[in-house]
Amino acid sequence: MNYSVIVDVTLREGIADPEGATIERALPALGFSGVSEVKAGKSFRMTIDADSENDALDRATSLAERLLSNPVIEDATARLSGVRAS
Amino acid sequence: MTRVGVVVFPGSNCEYDAALAVNALGATSELVWHSTTDLSSYDAIILPGGFAHGDYLRPGALARFSPVMDSVGRFASDGGAVLGICNGFQVLTEAGLLPGALQKNRGLTFLCQPTTLTVSSLASVLTSRARLGQELVIPINHFSGSYTCDDATYQELVANDRIVLTYKDNPNGSRGDIAGIANERGNVVGLMPHPERAMSTLLGSDDGRVLLESFLSASMASLTP
Repeated sequence: MNYSVIVDVTLREGIADPEGATIERALPALGFSGVSEVKAGKSFRMTIDADSENDALDRATSLAERLLSNPVIEDATARLSGVRAS
Repeated sequence: MTRVGVVVFPGSNCEYDAALAVNALGATSELVWHSTTDLSSYDAIILPGGFAHGDYLRPGALARFSPVMDSVGRFASDGGAVLGICNGFQVLTEAGLLPGALQKNRGLTFLCQPTTLTVSSLASVLTSRARLGQELVIPINHFSGSYTCDDATYQELVANDRIVLTYKDNPNGSRGDIAGIANERGNVVGLMPHPERAMSTLLGSDDGRVLLESFLSASMASLTP
């Protein structure tokens, strides 16, 4: 089956996030109030041909840890967004 | 004569500066394409600045998988002198040859300016000929130069004298003002500033010479059994 997978890469807790902080500071000037804890990150979408949902997620997690994220400063989580026959 | 291999990734752009700098100090240099795996003819390796593989994903993230990097790892574990400058430093951290990571600068701006560095350890191939506390004016030229690591790594760097250069006036938010670090043996060094661009007072500073002279003399020493 073809599994659509989304991998989110975010900075680990405690790692400075100057991008998120800058966005958060800009929001009040645009009239958006009450928004806090803004974190910047990346998201990757891919299709994985796998035997099962778990297999697809395992492979996505593995490639996310090896390549898509730097474990020194980032966390990666994989989630399923869809499935269709190969 | 010391033979220096200067690794060229697609997107490197400081390889000629690095090669000319070591040539000016009496070494010979050769550009080494990133698909090369045989580094046996070199006494020292430089990973130069630039944007290896476009800096896509993260600086150094794709370069660490270039074929040459396994050989750079073996070269380093055999005790060979390896220097990563700017993007080269980012590649060395991504490859796990140096700890920590380089994040976007604190102010989210690209920085291109002279900086004053302080030599804070002589226990590395880059600083062995400098004086402890010596101040060096060397330019930086980066967007992701903010050195980051966890507490345990930082304590280990401090305890083992592995922070080799610090910024006098921290420009990018680096932890502990770190501009350059060494591995445990001191034969692998990474730094964000560009010593190869500080080779002549006509161009602003020749303070990079003492660092590259240390590097070349250390690479000769590592040949002696």
